[in-house]
Amino acid sequence: MSVEVALHHRFGPFSLDVGFKIARAGVTALFGPSGAGKTSVINAIAGLFRPHEGRIVIGDRVVLDTKADVFVPARDRRTGYVFQDARLFPHMNVENNLRFGWRRAQNPASEGEIAHVIELLGLSHLLPRSPKALSGGEKSRVALGRALLASPDILLLDEPLAALDAARRGEILPYLERLRDETKLPMIYVSHAVDEVARLADEIVLLSDGRTVEQASVFDLLTRLDTGIDPFGAVLETEVQSHRRADRLTLLSFDGGQLIVSRIARPEGARVRVRVRAEDIMIAREEPRAISANNVLPARVVAVRQNDGPQAEVQLACGVSRLVARITRASVARLELVEGAPVFAIIKSVIVDSSH
Amino acid sequence: MTDLLTPAESEALLLSLRVAFVAVFAAMPLAVAAALLLARARFPGKVVVDGIIHMPLVLPPVAVGFLLLTIFGTRAGLGGWLFQTFGIRFVFSWTGAALAAGIITFPFQVRAIRIALESADCGLDEAAETLGAGWFDRFANVTLPLAFPGIVAGVITAFAASLGEFGAIITFVSNIPGETRTLPLAIYTALQTPGGEVEAAKLSLLSILLALVFMTLAEFLQRRMRR
Repeated sequence: MSVEVALHHRFGPFSLDVGFKIARAGVTALFGPSGAGKTSVINAIAGLFRPHEGRIVIGDRVVLDTKADVFVPARDRRTGYVFQDARLFPHMNVENNLRFGWRRAQNPASEGEIAHVIELLGLSHLLPRSPKALSGGEKSRVALGRALLASPDILLLDEPLAALDAARRGEILPYLERLRDETKLPMIYVSHAVDEVARLADEIVLLSDGRTVEQASVFDLLTRLDTGIDPFGAVLETEVQSHRRADRLTLLSFDGGQLIVSRIARPEGARVRVRVRAEDIMIAREEPRAISANNVLPARVVAVRQNDGPQAEVQLACGVSRLVARITRASVARLELVEGAPVFAIIKSVIVDSSH
Repeated sequence: MTDLLTPAESEALLLSLRVAFVAVFAAMPLAVAAALLLARARFPGKVVVDGIIHMPLVLPPVAVGFLLLTIFGTRAGLGGWLFQTFGIRFVFSWTGAALAAGIITFPFQVRAIRIALESADCGLDEAAETLGAGWFDRFANVTLPLAFPGIVAGVITAFAASLGEFGAIITFVSNIPGETRTLPLAIYTALQTPGGEVEAAKLSLLSILLALVFMTLAEFLQRRMRR
């Protein structure tokens, strides 16, 4: 299912001028600072906001085309919208909330599919409860389930974690990961938290001041130096190669080499996304021999960005993967890190995301 | 009841209840529509519409009664037409009393329902729309249930106020025993009669009791529904 969005709208001095295409299922993050126009974009996709000009296509359905005077109302768009504040119906219990969209769906899910969604989101013990008796995290999960059971063609998530504290966020993220991996729905995920995006998104549409600045894969965009976002050290799609049981370690391979991480409970061949923070990458000009770090990867300097502070960011190529090390400007000078210089990236710690 | 009240008194009580009941329930759909208009719609001249709806709150009820007489009197335009075409006559009839009470208490209903609609989150309406609900579906299954406590509160308040309506009723439909003599009119009549003070006091006490019962009921229902 592909999605095509192009819209233009003026709100007084602020103008929205956004265009992007999503070619396949997976999570596309609409990423940018508050006030960049992210929510207006998904409201336009859902039909809750009618832009002055625009064209939106979901799959093969044109839901908005101002030139041809096409405006499909929200109720007929089949977009599953998960609002930031959940917006559960307070006068219905959880089960009736979940079934609200299902009752009105054109191709309602079977009872088996409903049971599956309830299981996937861990909702079975909540069904008879009133939304007022739910925690913030539970509300988010019910809102997700309600949107899913309306059999949408696309899922729109407006910062579903923003209203939650860190612990609750950690509780919801695995559910979102399962959803991403199990459903074949395109998901548009609005966020201004780079961590969430690095963990969940496949593709990023970067918005700033109402404009699309960039669209690229999460693996590429978060390790670039020219986007205005603080770059990540690395976001890598890896495969479990083997487990070293005696050492309690797992060997992951990716297109730039191998990584050794603490043992994870995934079978060989499973795909696992890992992240590295830029602060956790060191650079050596010669291969370090006696060193405690397990992960030392040969790499090449691609670019160096220095700003006013004492820090510098060094972008490295490791196979086709990119890494970014955040080191001091003094080190950049001392190691003579210039474009093309061969180096070794020492990775101090790896964050493994997909733990299910 | 027959032991406590004379036939004339229980007649006035039952008539009052009937007038108030019909007044409130006949006006309710209109009140919901007006509240919806004021709470959700945006249109030019909304202030004027708001003012007209709330006019009975500030107009002297006698003036409202007189206005009704000029519109619905059998010799007036609309009243005459209704009488000649359908045989419907409001003047000197209890239905006219209900009409007058309904108009006087209309703002109570609109205000309570409007406040309930405004506190029933608009965001839920949007959520329901993305889930495939059309406007009537959303109104019936989301807006109305959420506004229900407010509607009940408005209905009961309007009912209690209808029981006490005097000026508009006596002006519009006169003071006819068994037809338009509701409790307040019966109290007034008693006071006009030499030695009728005891009668007036008894009927006043009855009015106070009724008011207490309905206001307590409103409070109780609202508390229950808020949970």
